[in-house]
Amino acid sequence: MNRITNHQLYRLIAAHFAEIIREPAVLFWGIVFPILMAWGLGIAFTQKGEVHFRMALVKTITGQDTIKETKLASYLAANGVIKDSTYSMLLKNEKLGDVNLTFFETSWTNAFTMLKQGKISLIVEDRTTDTKYHFDPANAEAKTAYQLMSNLSSYGPGFYNDNQSSIEPLTLKGTRYVDFLIPGLLAMGIMMSCSWGISYTIIDRRSKKLLRRMVATPMRKSNFLLALITVRFSMNVAEAALLFLFAWLYFGTTIQGSWPALIALFLAGNIAFSGISILISSHTANPEIGNGIINALVTPMMVVSGIFFSYHNFPDWTIPIIQYLPLTMIADSFRSIFNEGAGFLDVWREALVLTSVGTVSFILGLKIFKWY
Amino acid sequence: MVSLSASTYRTNIPLCIPIWLMIRTISASCSFQVIIWIILHFQSNSLELYRMTDLEYIVDVRHVKKSFKDVQAVKGVSLMIRQGEFLALLGPNGAGKTTLVEMIEGIQHPDEGEIFIEGKQWKNHQHELHQLIGLSLQETRFMDKLTAYETMRLFASFYKLDSHRVDEVFKLIGLEEKKKSYVNNLSGGQRQRLALGVAVLNKPKILLLDEPTTGLDPNARHEIWNILLDLKKEHNTSLLLTSHYMEEAEYLCDRIVIMDQGTILAGGTLEEILKLGGHRSLDELFINLTGRHIYE
Repeated sequence: MNRITNHQLYRLIAAHFAEIIREPAVLFWGIVFPILMAWGLGIAFTQKGEVHFRMALVKTITGQDTIKETKLASYLAANGVIKDSTYSMLLKNEKLGDVNLTFFETSWTNAFTMLKQGKISLIVEDRTTDTKYHFDPANAEAKTAYQLMSNLSSYGPGFYNDNQSSIEPLTLKGTRYVDFLIPGLLAMGIMMSCSWGISYTIIDRRSKKLLRRMVATPMRKSNFLLALITVRFSMNVAEAALLFLFAWLYFGTTIQGSWPALIALFLAGNIAFSGISILISSHTANPEIGNGIINALVTPMMVVSGIFFSYHNFPDWTIPIIQYLPLTMIADSFRSIFNEGAGFLDVWREALVLTSVGTVSFILGLKIFKWY
Repeated sequence: MVSLSASTYRTNIPLCIPIWLMIRTISASCSFQVIIWIILHFQSNSLELYRMTDLEYIVDVRHVKKSFKDVQAVKGVSLMIRQGEFLALLGPNGAGKTTLVEMIEGIQHPDEGEIFIEGKQWKNHQHELHQLIGLSLQETRFMDKLTAYETMRLFASFYKLDSHRVDEVFKLIGLEEKKKSYVNNLSGGQRQRLALGVAVLNKPKILLLDEPTTGLDPNARHEIWNILLDLKKEHNTSLLLTSHYMEEAEYLCDRIVIMDQGTILAGGTLEEILKLGGHRSLDELFINLTGRHIYE
């Protein structure tokens, strides 16, 4: 026992661990924050129940004094609730979920201000003869609101509850937003944890001249890096396990594919980002430059790799590039294992590419690594 | 170097006969370059054998030069330190002291010249030399959230040393009551003592300390001096110390070397160098040599 505790690898691992667990902020950002993010986003985008659309109602410039005499106004008067100059109406549908419509009767100027502030997504201009809709066609929410309103003024409030029999709600596993989100967050956790945990630690130690001091002893350089990677990998396992546990208990997330494939891919992802982290931190001794380098690596991938929303909304020519980013490869493969029941045969190519990227980056990084 | 090579060739004479025979037999199939390489290889090995027997000086620096981009930091410096000798390297900021010491430590590599520590060069003897030397760099910061004891255990593990040696060193540096304190809670003097403790863990034959007392109050400075004098008395340790403080050099060191702008301006015992220009103090001599105060 005494022998093991005297070994430099043991001591290096113990030192790195001690540094992490003695810094409560590290535990918060590494473990609690991803869980909070999963919870917040999962709740915001998954909860069914009432959908709420808010719109502005404006008077026509000529003619009518009040909207009360129009067709829309008659529906509102019959089915809605009026309070001051705010009208609300509930459209009911058991299968689709209820929709709550709120109209703020106001002036043009005020309506535009509300639109800019995001309080409403649509301006309804109610005229005696017809109804005009003012909205941004690129805004999906505004488009849905327009379609609802257009049907409402043509067919009356009953339209929403018609044709119940033609709707068959899907209860397939893995189709909720949270099922898309959790594998993405697990992938992002690996990237963030490696790039900050490994790169920043190396740059910080170099700037404090501690690397220089350490290599002036018989310490094996490989042991130093091995200890850093081991500690980071263990932290990643703990972070991922806790996030999954939370998702399993709270959202009922399950893994439909193969566990060994998931473990292999998790390993490959860690190898990829450990290698990349060592490569990007191989030279600089300035923590501020290091900060910039790490951000330049992680921010673009966080935006384009489809962690929070699908990358298929990006232009077609970018998709093949995005699909080969390490983070995308991990996130996509995690998703196929979680939600599509993928096995080892479906993800071995990704695992191999990620492992190779990590190994090549590691070797390259070590070649140009500045110890002092 | 001339006298060196004469003795080198003498040691080569018995080797010449088998080498010549070898050359005769393989020359038919070998290229000329290979033969030259073999001759040079034997020569350099025998040169090192010669050096290893010459152990009066534990550190032997010969005509060392080092440049960074367009700045020539060290311009051909030679320096020797005997076993058990304390040598102070004095000079203002930018004199080239740190670069010279880092070359001796094996951290920087000289552009020209040679450095021998106990007759060995860094190139082929890294592992042995790391065991021989102990050092403290300017402004090293250990890990903040590690205790003093854990820091010492970490460095002890690099030398395959156990907790007994760590306890011994804590006693030596008088930091026993701070063993469990985090490094970032130690005072400046305590940190310097910890750095010194780390430097002496492996009972080094030669200690290389780069400004070990800079920024410390006089009491803390005296504590470090006393530790160093104890080491000299008990282990016959050699010391190369760079400093801004004249007093430190006078109190601790057997010999003083004054350096400025990458060259050595004067060297010898305190009496010897003061006698040079009839100076009354080291301060006066320093101003005369460099045109400025040491602390500038």
